[in-house]
Amino acid sequence: MIELIELRKKYNKLAVLKGISTKFNQSECIALIGPNSCGKTTLIKSILGMVLPDSGEITFNNKSIFNETDYRNYIGYMPQIGKYPENMSIGQIVEMMKELRGGHLSFDEDLYKAYKLDQILNKRMRTLSGGTTQKVSAALAFMFNPLVYILDEPTAGLDPISAEILKEKMLLEKSKGKLILITSHLLSDLEELVSEIVFMQDGELLIHQTVEELKNKTGEEKLSKAISTILKAQLI
Amino acid sequence: MNRIIKFVMLDILRNKIILFYTLLLAIMSFSMFSLEDNEAKGLLSLLNLILLNVPLVAIIFSTIYIYNSSEFIELLISQPIKRNKIWISLYLGLNTSLIISFIIGAGIPILLYSPNLIGIILIVMGCIISVIFTSLAFLCSIIARDKAKGIGMSILIWLFFSLLFDGLIMFLLFQLADYPMENWIAIIAALNPIDLSRIVILLQLDLSAMLGFTGAVFKQTFGTGWGIFFSSSLLFLWMIIPFMISLRKFNKKDH
Repeated sequence: MIELIELRKKYNKLAVLKGISTKFNQSECIALIGPNSCGKTTLIKSILGMVLPDSGEITFNNKSIFNETDYRNYIGYMPQIGKYPENMSIGQIVEMMKELRGGHLSFDEDLYKAYKLDQILNKRMRTLSGGTTQKVSAALAFMFNPLVYILDEPTAGLDPISAEILKEKMLLEKSKGKLILITSHLLSDLEELVSEIVFMQDGELLIHQTVEELKNKTGEEKLSKAISTILKAQLI
Repeated sequence: MNRIIKFVMLDILRNKIILFYTLLLAIMSFSMFSLEDNEAKGLLSLLNLILLNVPLVAIIFSTIYIYNSSEFIELLISQPIKRNKIWISLYLGLNTSLIISFIIGAGIPILLYSPNLIGIILIVMGCIISVIFTSLAFLCSIIARDKAKGIGMSILIWLFFSLLFDGLIMFLLFQLADYPMENWIAIIAALNPIDLSRIVILLQLDLSAMLGFTGAVFKQTFGTGWGIFFSSSLLFLWMIIPFMISLRKFNKKDH
């Protein structure tokens, strides 16, 4: 569904992506993991067209995304730190997004209702706590029935109950055959959800394997242990 | 396109600064017309006030507004909306708001006291100057990532065009007095949008004494008809070029 070919990006002289090639297919839940500043967010933002890579190709359903915007109709994006116009209220933001992404007859308001955002519609964005802002981001990402969910650190900043609601929603969407792309540091969070692992380090893609493969190869039961075993093996 | 422009305009009209600007323009215009005993004099004093204040407000307000919209822009960029469309809508929204407040604040008094061709040209020039300096504001805010730097740059641009430029030209002319420099000076003078719009209006008024130095040279070089045509086309370029450069940079920017 989404294919990356030899993707490269430099910020000034700092190479952030050093030739990444991989493929993300439908009905998968892919965890993009790696240490801080390994290029996860840059990779995600390249797919969204927010960051323009220096070379390489990204295709969405076999069509190049460069100079295209329509494919973003099929993507729901939840940023790591949601930035919204401070003076707008939650209700205005939701209305605006609905208008901007026009052409939808029905909206997926599960999260919106589960997080009780409809009760604080008049609150301005600048008065919201980090967690509530994350809830707004999540609700917006899921609102337009996209085919692909791109979630940058979705559970960071959410309280355990809200994080659980989000995870259940992700499971539901995955069962509908959608592609979910998550970045995270915390693997334990995603254990029951993830079907493939992509491990990045210093702008390079070290591992892209299914969870089953990883577990069989290492003989470990837990995902986090399996990964650390693999990494140790690679370092030696 | 309309939806983004609508959001931008609603946001700006909610802003108290734009109301204050309208009020300031209205006070300025009414007091200039009531201080002077005839309308032509009032118009001239008002012209100078407008050429000082309108660029200042347009460039500073727009620069700050663009920096403050960074969240809004970032939100839109991840959505299925073309980058061109976001930047152009922002430009149109800002310009429309500034022009509306100029027409309400200064346009209405001018039409009340001086309902003639000169009055209308003054209003049009005010609008053009707003657009030009908004266009420059877009350029400043895309060049400098840092807000303080961008605002500093826009203040410098205003200072340069409204105060320093004429002085520089005078200096050049005195230094090079031995050479036949008039034509060159006229062309250099045309590089300042504020001088240009002053020249257009004064050429209309046919008040050579008020033309100022660059204006006089300009008239001598180009004559009235060509002078107006030439300066209008240059003003048009000033409205478009800085914005086009900023648009190209915006399309290549990483967020």
